[in-house]
Amino acid sequence: MLWGVLQFPGSCDERDALHACGLAGEARLVWHEDRDLGGADAIVIPGGFSYGDYLRAGAIARFSPAMESVAELAAGGGPVLGICNGFQVLCEAGLLPGALLLNDDLRFVCRQVELAAHGDPPPPGGASARSRFLAGIEPAERLSIPVKHGEGRYWAPEGMLDEIEANGQVAFRYTAGQNPNGSARDIAGVLNEAGNVLGLMPHPEHAVDALTGSTDGLRLFEGAARSPA
Amino acid sequence: MMPAAGQRPDYEALGLTDAEFDLICEKLGREPNGVELAMFSLLWSEHCAYKHSRKLLRRLPTEGERVVMGPGENAGAVDIGNGHAVAFKVESHNHPSAVEPFQGAATGVGGILRDVFALGARPIAILDSLRFGELDSVRSRHLLDGAVRGIGHYGNSIGVPTVGGEIYFEGPYEHNCLVNAMCVGLAKRDEMVRAAASGVGNAVVLMGASTGRDGIGGASVLASAELGDGDEEKRPTVQIGDPFEESKLMECCLELLQRGLLVSLQDLGAAGLTSSAGEMASAGGVGIDIDLARVPLREADMEPFEIMVSESQERMLGVVEPAQVAEVLEICERWQTGAAEIGAVTGSRRVRVLRGEEVVGDVPVDALVDGCPLYDLDPAEPQGWLYGNADVLAERVATATGAVGDPADPSAILLALLASPSVASKRWAFEQYDSIVGSRTVRGRAGNGAAPTVSDSSDAAVLAIPEAGNAIAVSIDGNGRRVACEPHTGAVEAVLECAQNLACVGAEPLGLTNCLNFGNPEKPGPAWQLDRAVTGLADACTALAVPVVGGNVSLYNEGPDGPIYPTPVIGMVGELPDPARTAGSGFAREGDAVALLGPFSPSLAGSELTKLRGKLGPGLPEPDVDGVAAACAVVRDAVRAGRLASAHDVSDGGLACALAESAIGGGLGCRVDLSPLLDRGLPAEQVLFGEGTGGFVLSGERGALESLAAEGVEVLVIGEAAGEAIEIAAGEAQLSVTVKQAERAWRSLAERFELAS
Repeated sequence: MLWGVLQFPGSCDERDALHACGLAGEARLVWHEDRDLGGADAIVIPGGFSYGDYLRAGAIARFSPAMESVAELAAGGGPVLGICNGFQVLCEAGLLPGALLLNDDLRFVCRQVELAAHGDPPPPGGASARSRFLAGIEPAERLSIPVKHGEGRYWAPEGMLDEIEANGQVAFRYTAGQNPNGSARDIAGVLNEAGNVLGLMPHPEHAVDALTGSTDGLRLFEGAARSPA
Repeated sequence: MMPAAGQRPDYEALGLTDAEFDLICEKLGREPNGVELAMFSLLWSEHCAYKHSRKLLRRLPTEGERVVMGPGENAGAVDIGNGHAVAFKVESHNHPSAVEPFQGAATGVGGILRDVFALGARPIAILDSLRFGELDSVRSRHLLDGAVRGIGHYGNSIGVPTVGGEIYFEGPYEHNCLVNAMCVGLAKRDEMVRAAASGVGNAVVLMGASTGRDGIGGASVLASAELGDGDEEKRPTVQIGDPFEESKLMECCLELLQRGLLVSLQDLGAAGLTSSAGEMASAGGVGIDIDLARVPLREADMEPFEIMVSESQERMLGVVEPAQVAEVLEICERWQTGAAEIGAVTGSRRVRVLRGEEVVGDVPVDALVDGCPLYDLDPAEPQGWLYGNADVLAERVATATGAVGDPADPSAILLALLASPSVASKRWAFEQYDSIVGSRTVRGRAGNGAAPTVSDSSDAAVLAIPEAGNAIAVSIDGNGRRVACEPHTGAVEAVLECAQNLACVGAEPLGLTNCLNFGNPEKPGPAWQLDRAVTGLADACTALAVPVVGGNVSLYNEGPDGPIYPTPVIGMVGELPDPARTAGSGFAREGDAVALLGPFSPSLAGSELTKLRGKLGPGLPEPDVDGVAAACAVVRDAVRAGRLASAHDVSDGGLACALAESAIGGGLGCRVDLSPLLDRGLPAEQVLFGEGTGGFVLSGERGALESLAAEGVEVLVIGEAAGEAIEIAAGEAQLSVTVKQAERAWRSLAERFELAS
């Protein structure tokens, strides 16, 4: 699989994402001004502070030419992974439901957290069951992945939360006592209805090597690369 | 702006003496005009000219076979093999942080990052050394909160991990906090550049943010009625940082260097364009013409002197061959970073300031950069203890034990020490920093489950360098209270402490940087402290064969109550062959033996316990420097060989605190008998809580620990890692607390001072 990793001015984790993708296929950077994704089969929108995030995290980046192509790729069922700032960009772009607000204690937090995959409990046949990113990860399986963000509190109207839970669009939840930011219903990551677009605040690209923390994040990249399109 | 004819300008308001002004006139052959006077006053300030410290700094050893760049460059650099080097430097931003902690600390980080990428090194780590007054002061909590947020704001946003640091709380920093930031960068040796301008006819390009009036009244005394129009003095004097601007500027500069498009590069820090242009011309033995009409401004009506000394952040000055200017501007455009060709390298050996066709300043480079007279200090040893003392032990014991502890009971004392803000875990602060971006931060062996995101212990941070096939370790340290007790010994200890921290992770020191934070050097007491501390620094570096590759001096740190504790902050960088072969500081396995290694000779002088008792005074015992160096080598080799399960150095709070920290780190208790130390005639309290260099708490297989004695260092097996309590016997003194109790005390900082939100 050929991964494209978007690079905006102000991106921070693009090289980390490039490295992680490279462990599960080929990977190259895609400049934010390029409409051409260079033949990428899957896209990662990495963490950081695109355009400084001075307005609202991800609010400017969603208008970049590259994001138009990402929306087309997503519409065609191509895997798109938004991590941290990338999650914020996907929500701003309307490719994922909900929004990310300031952490409830108004402080940046960098911490290893435990996640439960597929919602917990996952509805059978929902988006998470179809997602290539979660292929090979059992429902309720625990993953250890770090978070690092100041605006990571997931929020959506109650009705929308009920809906995404019912559709199996909750990809990851913080386990008991691990919610670092006050996210609604402990939600750490969500999918679109089709399951091909995933956004999450934790950083799977920073969990691909035991030396620097854990290897649990690598499973998302490998799952997407190995499972059939 | 100019004084009336026949009237001398008010140079004293700019910090220049009569003799200095006369010397400027002599070197110019006339009186300086307003622009020139502004330029001289800044470059002849202590901050830029080091006029009270430069002679002392000549004592420091600066050479070594691994040194790539030494003092005089934007940062120092050492070779780490395979064509790579690490560049690093520590710098202060004390006074801005005392005025406005968030922006002061943020721009401190921004400035040190620019120093490192100016060499062509990509910043890969930030460390911070912070000092505040006691935490029960509202002011200290405000400064701490602001500085931590500011460091996080800048470092997190620009994508450089903050991997370590230290924070001390002491009364003498109440009005003059210290914010020292260190940056470490990685470079390919063949892509590094020096800050020397060269090539007559080459273009001088200013990149990054536009130039405004910010900072003009900050590092200088320019907001004086004689020079300004009176308006600028109302502006904030602390610079405002913009990490997004710096992020683009950094990526842009690194790309320009990688493509070989820059002859040289220099950041704009204190004194702005004046110092950058002056220092680049001086280093290259050339001259520089600058046309102020071509400098992008935030406000069109800026005066020439304002443009020349503005400290607007996020700016870099590059020298470019004429044929490559277009390509440079194109790459800057792509990164959406400003760029303007503002001048040229000349053969005149003068800095000429033009506004269009008009020459508004013209000074010889040598006079401007190297002409400032250097002063000898007039040191005199102060009589007695210059600082305060307050007995707070009973109160601290009551807080740490829920009012049930007895201040004479060693268990209660241990809990009070662990809860003491300078000793306690700083996780509250460190979790506000991105410590993992870049994927280099080695997060140690997990004691139970996943590795912590930040290390609580004060030992060194380890960064993997796959490009060179090895890893580096970084430590920052400097206990000002001990330097106040005895400046020479205290400075020696600061260097040894860093070396011990590196040894604990298996690293060998390659070089160090320092930031000398002291009081007013024109007063005999602080002058004596500075003189003695620099000698101590030199002696320790010589003994360890670690070169000083760069640094910074921050003097005049005084408040209404007097000077700060003299605080040399040491940042040390070492190398280790395999990032997978490091030791954690926490006990790792039930049943492992616990040993004390090294020439540890604890004393209560200058210790945390003595501070809590309000009995601080001058004097510290002399450390066995060669013995500590030998112990470091033994620990380093044992860690590299995988013979140790854990390694931690004995530091603040003494041996009992070190044992407790290893127990907390591993979530595993210990049973220890310290009678071998008592047999030397040391009182129990001194053994438990006395401080001094040279001690390591190690754990591992008993045979492996005992065999280290064959290397010629003292090794005492003192017990084993086991159970859920920290149990220490020291003769009659019996100490026992559960690991949970100890951890609760050690982690009480945020809760106790309501810092949590």
